[in-house]
Amino acid sequence: MQSIYKSLTKIVDEEFVSNQKEELYIYSQDPGMMEPHEPDFVVMPKTTEEVQEIVKLANKEKIPIVPVGGSLSLSGLVIPHQGGIVVDLRRMDQVLEVNEESRYIVFEAGLTTGKLKAYLEKYHPLLRFSIPDAPPSATVVGNIVIHGQGRLTQQYGFNSDMVTGMEVVLPTGEVCKIGSGSVSPYWFSLAPLPDLAGLFLGWFGTTGIITKMGLKLYPKKKLRDIEVFAVEDPNLVPDVIQRVTHTEMSEDIFTGAQPYPPVFKDIIMIGILLTGDSKEELEFKRKMIWDALQCHIDSKEGGFMMMTPDVKQDLLEMPTSSTTRFADVKKGGGFEYCGPIIPVEKFPEAFTRLLEITKKYGITFGNAGRVIGRSHSMMFSFGYPFNRADPENIERTKNALHDTNVASLDIGGVPWKPEVPAQKMIMEKMDKSTLELMQRIKKVLDPNGIMNPGNWEVE
Amino acid sequence: MYELKIDEKTCETCPTFDCLVRCQYIDIDKDTAKTEMKKMISGEDSFVLHDCVTCYACEEYCKRGNHPFYLITDLQEERGILPMPKPLKTQFVNISVPTRRDIIQFYGAEEPVISLCLFPQYTRLFSEEKLFEELSIIIGRYFFCHLMYLHSGNPSLIRERLPKIIDNIANHGFKEVIFFHDECYSTLTSYTTAYSIEVPFKPIHFNEYLYNKLKDQQTKIQPLNAKVAFQRNCSARLTPNVEDFVDDIFNLIGAERVERQYDRENALCCGGIIRGQQRYDLFVDVQTRNVDDMLNAGVEYCVFQCPACFDSLSEKVAEKGIKPIMMHDLCLLAIQGSDK
Amino acid sequence: MMYDYADQIHRCFKCGYCKFSNNYTDFNCPSYNRFRFESYSTGGRLWLIWAWSKGEIEWSEHLANIVFSCAACRNCVEQCPMRFNEDIVDWIIGARSDMVEKGLIPASVGEFLDNIHKYGNPWGMPRNERDIWAEGINRYTIDDDNEYLFYVGCVGSYEKQGQQMAKSVADFLRTTGVSFGILGSDEDCDGNEVLFTGEKGLFRELADKNIEKFKELNVKKIITLSPHAYNSMKNKYGGLGEIKVYHYTQVFSEIINSNNIELSDLNIKVTYHDPCFLGRYNSIYEPPREIIKGIPGVELIEMERTRENSFCCGGGSGNFVFDLLGRSSNSPSRIRVREAYETGAELLIVSCPSCYCMLEEAIKTEGLEEKLMIKDISELVIESIKNK
Repeated sequence: MQSIYKSLTKIVDEEFVSNQKEELYIYSQDPGMMEPHEPDFVVMPKTTEEVQEIVKLANKEKIPIVPVGGSLSLSGLVIPHQGGIVVDLRRMDQVLEVNEESRYIVFEAGLTTGKLKAYLEKYHPLLRFSIPDAPPSATVVGNIVIHGQGRLTQQYGFNSDMVTGMEVVLPTGEVCKIGSGSVSPYWFSLAPLPDLAGLFLGWFGTTGIITKMGLKLYPKKKLRDIEVFAVEDPNLVPDVIQRVTHTEMSEDIFTGAQPYPPVFKDIIMIGILLTGDSKEELEFKRKMIWDALQCHIDSKEGGFMMMTPDVKQDLLEMPTSSTTRFADVKKGGGFEYCGPIIPVEKFPEAFTRLLEITKKYGITFGNAGRVIGRSHSMMFSFGYPFNRADPENIERTKNALHDTNVASLDIGGVPWKPEVPAQKMIMEKMDKSTLELMQRIKKVLDPNGIMNPGNWEVE
Repeated sequence: MYELKIDEKTCETCPTFDCLVRCQYIDIDKDTAKTEMKKMISGEDSFVLHDCVTCYACEEYCKRGNHPFYLITDLQEERGILPMPKPLKTQFVNISVPTRRDIIQFYGAEEPVISLCLFPQYTRLFSEEKLFEELSIIIGRYFFCHLMYLHSGNPSLIRERLPKIIDNIANHGFKEVIFFHDECYSTLTSYTTAYSIEVPFKPIHFNEYLYNKLKDQQTKIQPLNAKVAFQRNCSARLTPNVEDFVDDIFNLIGAERVERQYDRENALCCGGIIRGQQRYDLFVDVQTRNVDDMLNAGVEYCVFQCPACFDSLSEKVAEKGIKPIMMHDLCLLAIQGSDK
Repeated sequence: MMYDYADQIHRCFKCGYCKFSNNYTDFNCPSYNRFRFESYSTGGRLWLIWAWSKGEIEWSEHLANIVFSCAACRNCVEQCPMRFNEDIVDWIIGARSDMVEKGLIPASVGEFLDNIHKYGNPWGMPRNERDIWAEGINRYTIDDDNEYLFYVGCVGSYEKQGQQMAKSVADFLRTTGVSFGILGSDEDCDGNEVLFTGEKGLFRELADKNIEKFKELNVKKIITLSPHAYNSMKNKYGGLGEIKVYHYTQVFSEIINSNNIELSDLNIKVTYHDPCFLGRYNSIYEPPREIIKGIPGVELIEMERTRENSFCCGGGSGNFVFDLLGRSSNSPSRIRVREAYETGAELLIVSCPSCYCMLEEAIKTEGLEEKLMIKDISELVIESIKNK
């Protein structure tokens, strides 16, 4: 082991290599509730070449290697289940190119969503990217490799649908470019080439380490506002989503339900974000959306909520800190959630299951859903705050999480960024040929099985 | 239980039927008004029950001491007419359910005491601002007046919960309580009188307290010499005599309440409740007319009494270059100078 | 003072907001910037402390370095979105206290505390050299009718930059006709850093000793040179009664205005570094700027990270002596002087003797001596007065 430490310090400046207990402890876990496991080393490379050398070393020595971004999936996706080398990519956080005309950006894999937001606001105020609800310390690439969603997902799909190119270090040490960047100096698109990006998206770092990424940017309007439509009956939610997406007037559509504070009890909120370059544009869109929901207003079953300015501010904030604050609801420092991607019409069923599970385990909840595309699917999160200092509460929440994964698959959904046990449930249900294809791809790319082992693995 | 004191004869013999004729939101002539009032007094349905925006103004237009607005709201509930959507009504009902935080806030106040209703954002003002430092605060759902159910079609909830709230205050042994929120004051004076609910302490309107405070410190006042518009809130209609304090305060601090079309009895609603009723076009129209009227009057400030009105109208006012400000902040401006 | 952390510290979600500046333009946590391992972020540190407190990890020198490398700059308090944000620094102090009590601290921190205990200053310098800089400056006595006690503090008494500052503040007070005196070799450490390194007992001892001395001398008003001393006296001592405490930047403007002091044109572009114990701890942002802007010909160009968002020099809670954040191009002081230089200013202005030492050293290490000067506000004011 000492020789590996030495080899690592030859690749990366010694002060960015650690085998000390404290770093191993911190990188053994994420804020969720998966069992921790310590790595043997933590290393923070600065360049693709350094990443490449680390991967070559790991491949030669056949030791596990786990790429890490913000460690915020909450499902333990970067817990080094079999030890080895954790590669914290956050020193690689430079923006390399912004193409204003073709609206794309190229950046390094450790760039955080917070810094990218600040960078665009400062240097390219007419452009934006799809900011997720994760804290600003989440990395953009980390969010994309788990098929994350963000503020532009209702308009343009999963954040991973916005990728225009990549640079990847393969498990065997080769550096590959994916997309137009492999042919041309411009990283504008994955098409018209065979779509190799799919080999790395949704694989949780089991097929290679992304070191650079190209991403679509979108027009940033001057004004943003929000309306929240409230209903009591979950059966109405799909119809509300249908009607609002039909107008094509909104930026982001999300759902929210929680029993506390009392003002949010017993209702389901559908947040509808609006943007415009002028007051007129904004008001036009608002009117279209009000008109679209008139039938629910007439029946008295639904209505636009009255909001104080601070509530509005909270809902407009990007990234939204209220998502993070959910961890302190029970003063326990944690929350866990399963956020399956489901067909929109399954909302009522998912909601019913959520209430059943929380009742069964005597735990509170927060639901946050997000419409993906023009109602093409939605993420429905079953979120449970838990108390890190209370083992009994953790156990109950773990059991609730298990039931939630079962429920998600039952209703026809697929758990999003599943933790290892949920990955196994998915693979059990998966078409056998598909599963075999996945395993073959992994074997071809990573013959020694060094990449984030434990994930997407058939026992 | 508590019955509304309304006199049929008084209404029948009314020469004006101003309660409905003067309504700013329903176009209605005297004959129709008479017919509709008769129907309502007999407990029958009327289009008024469906079209009412619940602005409370008819309560002020009736100079004969009857209670047309309370009648309307009771009938809406009796007949299951919902002025606002069900989920919003649910929110209204749930918002006043006490939480753990309310328990913490229950004890510790001593006279002189001010009730801040459900507006925690002003706790700091009343605990730190020198002008108010003598005051002790009661706040939270155990002291919440519940009058908002006049807007949501379930006023019986007021009568169900209010006696307990009054007990909560009275059990502290307070003889007098200052009410920051106009709506609380109106509840404990007008509404309780109309329904014969006993109030064993003396409610003091915040404006009365504010006026006396300013009077004490008159030498420190630097007149603002500013033209202002005053945004009356709905519950001001229940206790119009308190309006005198508004004018007296303005006089003291050198604020000129400019005459304009939509002030005093002709005031327009801030629009918040109309939006809550999902009448978007009317909401836009009412706010636009109101703010345009302020603009035409050439005012510098739009002064709010009620935090909820402030929330619903201040942005629109500010967009037009008029400064939105709460009544107490305007007074502090006159005492501490404009850099505060 | 409540420093109990054991039953609260698990509330940290390790979400990472604490690392940032308010608009996420940059990382703003000094130790995270220096080391970049998650363990050195506030969240990582709190998780490690919790792990140590419940016996999940053993104490080590490395753990102690992580815990004591926090400069207590309060950036995390500003950025943390949770309701417990105000308690974060206290939790860290709580853990340090436990380590101090058990004798489990880095050797350099131990030496720091020992020296203060024995000599009243962190370097173990002789007490009688405390006023070596103060030739011709009066001692504060009960008999003289002095308006202010000028409390100089350890950095002002012993460090070259601090002495320069102390001299110019004294010079200013003298020039403007303000009566004051110093304690000279009778002065003791103010204890702020002692408190923040977790030595609560020694802090109380120092505070009591100082309070007693001030009262014996019938002191009415104190001007401190250091924001650190200002903070401890103003917020942590208790028991000062009617004695008023000011940082010198709070009284300069008024003295200049009420004495009609004429200032000459200096024709210079400057930038200003907010010290944590003046800014984030005490919300004193405007008074220093008013002084700077009041000097004719001085153009103030703000750094990107300023006021509540200021980036600490890395010297807080004793690190200006034991410097656990030093020896790297990523040391906070070096990052900060590069940021100051990027503004195009010719002069970096400070108002804290610890920042002065840290940043002047960093300017040299970065090779910026020819391009970026550094001065304390009082030095700039004196220059402007003397030019007249």
